[in-house]
Formats: sequence, C-alpha cells, structure tokens
Amino acid sequence: MLAEALTLSAVLFAIGVVGVLTRRNAIIVFMCVELMLNAVNLSFVALSRLYGATGQVFVIFVMTVAAAEAAVGLAIIIAIFRHKQTVSLENINVLRG
Amino acid sequence: MITNEFYPLFYTFNFYVFALLALMSSLFFVTRKSPVSAALWLVSTMFALAVLYVMLDAEFIGIMQILVYAGAIMVVFLFVVMLLNLGQPSEFSDIRKNGPRLVAGFLGILLTAELLTLAWSPLDARLLVTTVPPSVATAGAGGIIGPVAGPLFTEYLLAFELTSVLLLVAIIGAVVLAKKRS
Repeated sequence: MLAEALTLSAVLFAIGVVGVLTRRNAIIVFMCVELMLNAVNLSFVALSRLYGATGQVFVIFVMTVAAAEAAVGLAIIIAIFRHKQTVSLENINVLRG
Repeated sequence: MITNEFYPLFYTFNFYVFALLALMSSLFFVTRKSPVSAALWLVSTMFALAVLYVMLDAEFIGIMQILVYAGAIMVVFLFVVMLLNLGQPSEFSDIRKNGPRLVAGFLGILLTAELLTLAWSPLDARLLVTTVPPSVATAGAGGIIGPVAGPLFTEYLLAFELTSVLLLVAIIGAVVLAKKRS
C-alpha cells in the first residue's frame, strides 16, 4: 500500500497546486494550501511505516503550523475585506492600506 | 522488504475505496465555485485521509486529523466565509440531483454492510490486519501514542517548545489584525 499512498499523495498535492494557481478567491487558495499540507502529511505517514515514527512527529508539527497559518491568514483576509469589500486576488495588489 | 508484503483483500479494498473518496472529493473541491461548497468537499477529503492514516498504522495522527483539521481549521474557514457573506446558495443545488444521491446511497450501504459483516461474523483477525511486520507505531511499549510522544518530548523538544511560541504569536497576530479600528 506504500506505493498507492505515495501516488495518492502526489496527486493530491498536484490538485492543490492547480487550485492555488487557478482560483481567484483568496479563501479557496488558502484551502488549497491546506490540501497540499495534507498531501505531504500522507507521505509522512506512509513513509513512517518504513522509517520509524519520526514522520508522525513531523505531521504533528505540520498540523500546528497549518493551524497558526490559517488563523493569521484568515485574519488578514478579514482585514482586507473590511478595507476593499472583496477577497478576489485580482483586486488585491497594493501592500499599503 | 516492500515487495513481499501481503495485504488481505478486505484491507486493500477499503484502502482503494477511501483513496478514491479522497481523490474525488479533492477534485470536486477545486472545481466548486462557492467557498462553502469547496470547504465541505475539503472536509470530506480530510475525513477520507484520516481513514487512510488509521489504515497506515498512524491511529493518533488520524484522530488528530479529524480533531484539528476537520474540526478546528475548517470550522474557522467556514466561519470566515459566512462572516464575510461570500457563499453562493445556487451552488448547493449540485448535491441534490439524482446522480450524487445514487453514489452517496451506494457508498453508505457498502460501508454499513462492511460494518455489519465485521460485527456479526466471526471473522478471522488475520483478515483485518496486514502481515507487514508490525509497524513502529504499534510495536513496543507505550501503545499507539508512545512511539510518537517519545521523540516529540526528547529529540524534538526544542521544536515542540518553539511551536508553543508560534501559536502564541499567531493568536496575538490574528487578534490584532482582525480587530476593528475605532
């Protein structure tokens, strides 16, 4: 099942990349990044069967960072929405408020 | 080492079912227009991945996946989508057609039948577990969590402590960013 799990992980990562590159809604782009992190977690877990439980430790770290990233990122999106009334990436192109 | 593993049919079948579920859910996730619809498909992907984690002998990670990803992170996403009122109600009609209903009913009946089979028939335990040498996660003292917690609190203790600082920074940052300016 290792090969299948790694293949699925690669495909999910690719789907996440496609989403990041093609979607225009900032929230959906964030969710695609979460999908990519999930794909990486799947490879960590699959390979931890061969190389020891250290991979699972890293999955826990990845989850923590993902949670922190989601909190800060969504706060930024809320701030941008208050300012510009949109979350479309096409309209978000200046750094200063 | 990998080549002569033996996986029972039951295990293989379920692995493919949930792998396919994860794949289809993620495909639907990137193609939906409405953020609410996309978020719900992503939750479905994460649940399927949690099952795969459990099947790959990472039970603790599977539970964490459901609690942290599907339970906390996606709820925050949905919360923000609804707070900013970005949903497009017209998108939800795609779930109420007959094709998706058939697929959902088929999957539900299939999984229920599997559960009932497991509950009522004196199945040989060898049908359920793989004959792969017991993985690191289940072998040794400490049960499921021991092998994960061991390195976390010894070898990677510094990283673990830094994670708490990261979370604190993220909390403060989120509050400051989302605060209304008076």
